[in-house]
Amino acid sequence: MAEQQPILEVRDVATFYGAIQALHGVDLDVAKGEIVTLIGANGAGKSTLLMTICGSPRARSGSIKLDGEEIGHLPTHQIVRRGVAQVPEGRRIFPRMSVFENLQMGATISDPAHFQQDIDRVFAMFPRLAERREQRGGTLSGGEQQMLAIGRALMSRPRLLLLDEPSLGLAPLIVQQIFDAIGRIAREEGVTIFLVEQNAYHALRLATRGYVLVNGRVRLSGTGRELLANADVRSAYLEGGHA
Amino acid sequence: MAYFSQQLINAITLGAIYGLIAIGYTMVYGIIGMINFAHGEVFMIGAFISLIGFIICSLLGIGSAPVAIVLVLLVAMAFTAVYGWTIERLAYRPLRGSFRLAPLISAIGVSITLQNYVQLTQGARPKPGGQIVSGGYNLFSADGFDVRVTWLQLIIVIVTVVLMAGFTWVIARTSLGRQQRACEQDIKMAALLGVNVDRTISLTFVMGAALAAVAGMLFLMYYGVIDFFIGFLAGIKAFTAAVLGGIGSLPGAMLGGLLIGLIEVFWAGYFSSEYKDVAVFAILVLVLIFRPTGLLGKPEIEKV
Repeated sequence: MAEQQPILEVRDVATFYGAIQALHGVDLDVAKGEIVTLIGANGAGKSTLLMTICGSPRARSGSIKLDGEEIGHLPTHQIVRRGVAQVPEGRRIFPRMSVFENLQMGATISDPAHFQQDIDRVFAMFPRLAERREQRGGTLSGGEQQMLAIGRALMSRPRLLLLDEPSLGLAPLIVQQIFDAIGRIAREEGVTIFLVEQNAYHALRLATRGYVLVNGRVRLSGTGRELLANADVRSAYLEGGHA
Repeated sequence: MAYFSQQLINAITLGAIYGLIAIGYTMVYGIIGMINFAHGEVFMIGAFISLIGFIICSLLGIGSAPVAIVLVLLVAMAFTAVYGWTIERLAYRPLRGSFRLAPLISAIGVSITLQNYVQLTQGARPKPGGQIVSGGYNLFSADGFDVRVTWLQLIIVIVTVVLMAGFTWVIARTSLGRQQRACEQDIKMAALLGVNVDRTISLTFVMGAALAAVAGMLFLMYYGVIDFFIGFLAGIKAFTAAVLGGIGSLPGAMLGGLLIGLIEVFWAGYFSSEYKDVAVFAILVLVLIFRPTGLLGKPEIEKV
């Protein structure tokens, strides 16, 4: 994968919340068509990294490139317009909007001409959303909200999809469905995926490559299989009932 | 009965004007969580621009009242919208992300600045607006009392209803309105979907100011006289209307405006016109104590 031009290039990124440093010089790459996962404990800085890629908060130093172009200085909405979509931590569905309106919001930056085609595709992927299209987002179950968050992100036809703990708080059966959907999005739609997870077992099985983030620094990286076999990863993130 | 009906007609007219101003308070609060205390002055500016507009119309020899009203309405909305946009740009945007009270203090500063600016440029004396629309229709007579709705009252209510309906449609159905609601519900997420949050906030101020300009024009026509200080009382009453209806809620602002109009007019009509403002502000206090979310307000925390 290394010979390919990376779609996302993160170099020596440091992010602060006020005086508190959350990321200490993170380096990573995501190549086109890959599924890359970032695993790590609570508070390691995983969500911060995803939000930093989207410019909120801004990185205090370092460089973030999308297709070789620096995006670290851009406001969030312009980064999104370049083809980055995020399924954020906690899903952040608009609670007082219907499922349909949430999906319309997902299409904010896209050409209205292909709205119908895009929404049909989302409904085909998650038929539950079609059944509930007029229901308010805040009244959906956790699994349905996660499907909606992913569907909403796909409405913008992203080239790079950032997912923040899509399995959090969901029943095992739903988790399986969500991971299956992520796999399909990568394979069938050709979307590059950068997936942040605490559920290391599922994430590493799905991913082509993975990084391990510890206290705001990348500690380990390798293919999904390598990391699954790594003794440190096993003891820190896998043994303890995750699988 | 006749007296009551007449008071009701007067109250609805006044309530319409308060409702138009209240929308600006509630929308700005909904989207950035701040009370724009300069909004009353924006209304006052709208009234002055309308006055200038009517004078220019009469200088140009536009004799037809409907043509003059429509022209002045559009011009006042446009110019006042520029004020709204500029205020946000200069006084609030630089303070975004600052501590919560900072924009509030800035708003008070803007309010004082605008009052003084108008006092300096237009003079401190009340300005008569002249009568643009006269006449009316006698609905019925009873107890030796004519119940009358003036054409002006009819115009005020119709303009308000049309604008509120149009405005509700924009918020509920257009992509701009959807983006505003998205910002109101989760501004960070809206940005993550590509919404230009700064632009959306600017447009919210522009819309609120345009509606306040309409209220200013209607106020000028209804009372026939304005001065640089009218924004203070009207602004606080409209703010009370927004709180009573539930701040952040659009139908709440309209309902609140109507109720404040009713309370003020009926208090003045049945008890004492000296204490009508006290009655309105007593309502504000009662609402804040017993129902801080207002009549149609959303509870602070919604389970997501």
